[in-house]
Amino acid sequence: MSSITTHAGDAGHGDGHHDHPAHLAHHFDTPEQQYASGKLGMWVFLGTELLMFGGLFCAYAVYRHNHPEVFAYAHTYLDKWWGALNTVILLISSFTMAWGVRAAQLGQRGLLCVLLALTLLGGAGFMVIKSIEYNAKWKHHLFPGRVNMFNAGYAGDAKSDVAHAEASHEGSNAAPHGDHGSGKTDIASPRSESPAEPHATPKADAVAHSSGTDPTIPVADPHATVTGPLNPTFFRDPNAGGSDAAKIVPRSNGPAGVREEAVSDHSGHVSFAELAPRDQVRVNTFFSIYFMMTGLHGVHVLVGMGLILWVLVKGASGIFGPHYYTPVDLVGLYWHLVDLIWIFLFPLLYLIH
Amino acid sequence: MARVHKKFRSLVTDSATADAVAAEEHHHHAGPHVVPIWLLAAVLAILLILTVVTVLVTYVDLGPANIFVALGIAVVKSAFVVLYFMHLRWDSPFNSVVMLAALLFIAIFLSFVMIDSAQYRTFVDEAVKVLPK
Repeated sequence: MSSITTHAGDAGHGDGHHDHPAHLAHHFDTPEQQYASGKLGMWVFLGTELLMFGGLFCAYAVYRHNHPEVFAYAHTYLDKWWGALNTVILLISSFTMAWGVRAAQLGQRGLLCVLLALTLLGGAGFMVIKSIEYNAKWKHHLFPGRVNMFNAGYAGDAKSDVAHAEASHEGSNAAPHGDHGSGKTDIASPRSESPAEPHATPKADAVAHSSGTDPTIPVADPHATVTGPLNPTFFRDPNAGGSDAAKIVPRSNGPAGVREEAVSDHSGHVSFAELAPRDQVRVNTFFSIYFMMTGLHGVHVLVGMGLILWVLVKGASGIFGPHYYTPVDLVGLYWHLVDLIWIFLFPLLYLIH
Repeated sequence: MARVHKKFRSLVTDSATADAVAAEEHHHHAGPHVVPIWLLAAVLAILLILTVVTVLVTYVDLGPANIFVALGIAVVKSAFVVLYFMHLRWDSPFNSVVMLAALLFIAIFLSFVMIDSAQYRTFVDEAVKVLPK
């Protein structure tokens, strides 16, 4: 650190090996070249990140193109207000990050630390909302992959019958709702306007008791080798009665993140019964795509938060200034990429109509 | 009050001066472009407005144009993020080439996969007809 000299930024130095800033690596001629190389390398890396998410967007495009009704139906399990709040949070954190890069450029150490801390806070807020959404789905047996209540043959427990879920799902759809509120208030005050019973805690002990309390309702055989529409026990009468104590709580009664859509919102609202039978078994694919895309994005947010924390600790020592602010700049680029991806994820997953 | 580390005092005396310097176009400071705060705030305002528009436009049904409107707004938003927040507007042009190349290859990727997928639709539809309902 003692070898740092206050060279003007554009003054090249000749032969003096020790006559350069400490942050300049020896394989670069000037700090400007080092900075430009770092920038270019970062942009190449961002290009690879875009292409990685491009693969997932491709999966989304193909499935949505081939099964638009599945997407039109399944996306109603997502709460667009949480998604919009996440978008706003990430945009503001991008703003504080860009301002932080400027502060690093000008050597404004205190301001830089404040702005990086605010960016970190935004990332944390995003992950908190993400976990609220994920939890709401898991409570309703909507996991990625095969462990999903829409997957034919998913035994889970008797209370997670697709028919029961849809009966209460459809029932709550038909009931008018006066209070829509915002997604955030759902945590404190669950509403119960629908005729379905309050939800009992589901337990995964029902493989042996797969018929529940009503033996007239056929349940998908968890040991069946044939799943999907060729499984004769898969299709059941959604209007069949059954133990009302075993019903899944409809979305409007559920925790925040799984939310009833207002009747006036989507005139093209698709109900489960309207889906073709071969589409009914594909609804879990939507959730696989949803969890994969938002999950990978969430991992990127966490990595970005780690990088911001590193830069924050480094910046607190006052090392950044007009001659050296590259780490802040490059971490900022990464964070903006994370924001960029979410800008596309939000309308594609949450705002289907 | 912003504090500047004493290492850089000889170059930047106080943040007010720094802001004035940054607002000018490459006159009094050597080195890369410093983005003014008002520009960042304006871009944030535009992004937030476009987010509101994105949500509001879902209440209007435009048929098959829905997805293009949503994606179009998303593209405009990302253009603002890339140009101003990510500083690409004032960066070396080659960085833009890298970014555009990535987008170009994504476009080629998706186009070919969608064309291929659409070509197989006829076969899938015929096969579905013979499946038990």
